[in-house]
Amino acid sequence: MTEDTNFHHGDVQGQDPIIRMIDIEKHFGSVIALAGVSFDLKPGECHCLLGDNGAGKSTFIKTMSGVHKPTAGEIIFEDKPMHFEDPRDAIEAGIATVHQHLAMIPLMSVSRNFFMGNEPTRKVAGISFFDKKLADEITMEEMRKMGINLRGPDQAVGTLSGGERQTVAIARAVHFGAKILILDEPTSALGVRQTSNVLATIDKVRSQGVGVVFISHNVRHALAVGDRFTVLNRGKTLGTAKRGEISPEELQDLMAGGQELAQLEGSLGGTV
Amino acid sequence: MAESAQSAVGGDERVKEISPLRQALIRPELGGMVGTVAVFTFFLLFAFDSGMFTSQGVMNWSVVSAQFMIIAVGACLLMIAGEFDLSVGSMIGFAGMMIAIFSVTLSWPVWIAIMVTFVLCVSIGALNGFIVVRTGLPSFIVTLAFLFILRGFTIFLPQTIERKTIIGGIRDVAEGDWLASVFGGKIGQGFFVWLGDNDLIGTFERGTREGQPVVDGIPMLIIWAIALIIFGHVLLTKTKFGNWIFASGGDAEAARNSGVPVNRVKVLMFMFTAFCATVFATCQVMEFGSAGADRGLLKEFEAIIAVVIGGALLTGGYGSVLGAALGALIFGVVQQGLFFAGVESSLFRVFLGVILLGAVILNTYIRRIITGER
Repeated sequence: MTEDTNFHHGDVQGQDPIIRMIDIEKHFGSVIALAGVSFDLKPGECHCLLGDNGAGKSTFIKTMSGVHKPTAGEIIFEDKPMHFEDPRDAIEAGIATVHQHLAMIPLMSVSRNFFMGNEPTRKVAGISFFDKKLADEITMEEMRKMGINLRGPDQAVGTLSGGERQTVAIARAVHFGAKILILDEPTSALGVRQTSNVLATIDKVRSQGVGVVFISHNVRHALAVGDRFTVLNRGKTLGTAKRGEISPEELQDLMAGGQELAQLEGSLGGTV
Repeated sequence: MAESAQSAVGGDERVKEISPLRQALIRPELGGMVGTVAVFTFFLLFAFDSGMFTSQGVMNWSVVSAQFMIIAVGACLLMIAGEFDLSVGSMIGFAGMMIAIFSVTLSWPVWIAIMVTFVLCVSIGALNGFIVVRTGLPSFIVTLAFLFILRGFTIFLPQTIERKTIIGGIRDVAEGDWLASVFGGKIGQGFFVWLGDNDLIGTFERGTREGQPVVDGIPMLIIWAIALIIFGHVLLTKTKFGNWIFASGGDAEAARNSGVPVNRVKVLMFMFTAFCATVFATCQVMEFGSAGADRGLLKEFEAIIAVVIGGALLTGGYGSVLGAALGALIFGVVQQGLFFAGVESSLFRVFLGVILLGAVILNTYIRRIITGER
């Protein structure tokens, strides 16, 4: 890490981090995907994880969400060391991931999707039934809060736009008590308007005290909502910066590994 | 950052109001309902005098439809969960043969024979499912293998043990057995005698059964069909597990990410399909009093056709048990109705092909409406 930039381990003052990942390493056979990544997240902040393709972003968040077990390193969740055996453990602890490929099923209704895997039940004569009425009410309420008007809870998710689907997925994670929300490239496939809807959703969620990990390789999207920015390159952290301490150009350079892109940018007239 | 503008009160101007017709179209049972009405109208008009709508005639096509319904319920839930089972027909033959071998050849009490057969067949269903979820192979291939494996055993075992391909004498050993009567018996005899005495249904006019009603009770087969339909419908639409079935078939990866135990759901549905096939086999064996190596031939396809006519998508994630039951009803009524109407029975297959094609095209169109794609 170079000292002559403003790029250092930035710190949002005050609260303790909800999760700390210390020197995480992950090896797949002879491939070192992560070579010592440190990261932390506080409640109510949006921490952007940036990096080019292959930088290890996905491996890193999969480690955080319990899909992979780290080869070395420590995960401290709410001041206690955690060892997630599988994604369910992480979900139960309050770490929710909204995947690049959404966990939404187009043929199913919004309310059935919203409660997929967490269906409310009501006992009738000792047999527990899916409480559809309650599910529908909660879904409509949550969607209204997020600014999405549904025709009805039975509307199929397939009829929603990409941004609306992201919002449903985020609202669902928050409703089920996520303390940490991991968003894996939520804006990568979206148009301008839909992107701003998703970024607005992130802002709403953050103000409810949820910590958001926002993975992106789009610097502009990250700068629009991020409180802190961590850049990964070739499985290592290049450092963490606070909002306002770093310019888009600096971030872009770090993501691309610096030099080459600076030259390329010169020849392309600063459009990258 | 701009607040999302569409949070204004009232509706979103971009959400087009959809007509009630389109709304009705996305109900999976629609095709089945329309088909049922069409089929009944047709036969009421053209075959009313053929005896199809006398009490005996009604019982005739009801029993055939109930047979289709039993296997359609299993196939329907499995298809919604995103898988096929092509081994249903072979499973029917195999289960029947096992009951016969256990009860006749080995002289076990019939209730033990039936129970062991159920355990055996449901285990084979679980094996089917286990191989599918573990290897990730298409269930089409895995269950095609079991179609041949089970049929092979169904022919091999009786030939080796009894030197014939049909084992009879089950009715004698099943006499008075409590579990056998759950599958082969009839209920409501008193009610039908009453109906006969009051001239509401026909009675025999001569012979040893003079004065008895021509229909002497509702076969347990029909009771099983109704019970399985109710069970399947409630399970699918009213329970948590039903939501998991839709999710597993809609997108297994997305369901897994949301914490749905997809593999367990799929294996359980394979087991349920095997259970339904065994119910069918047991009822059939008790009715015929024998088990044959060729029983259940082509039943897997008939089950799938009934389910598709009932509005389920072949790709999973969408469908209805009630629709599948209506599909089975159409199937049974047409098959028997053509017989009553004296139409050459080979034409039934032509009808089947045509209606299958029509149903699949309609379903594809419906899916486009639901998902909003063009």
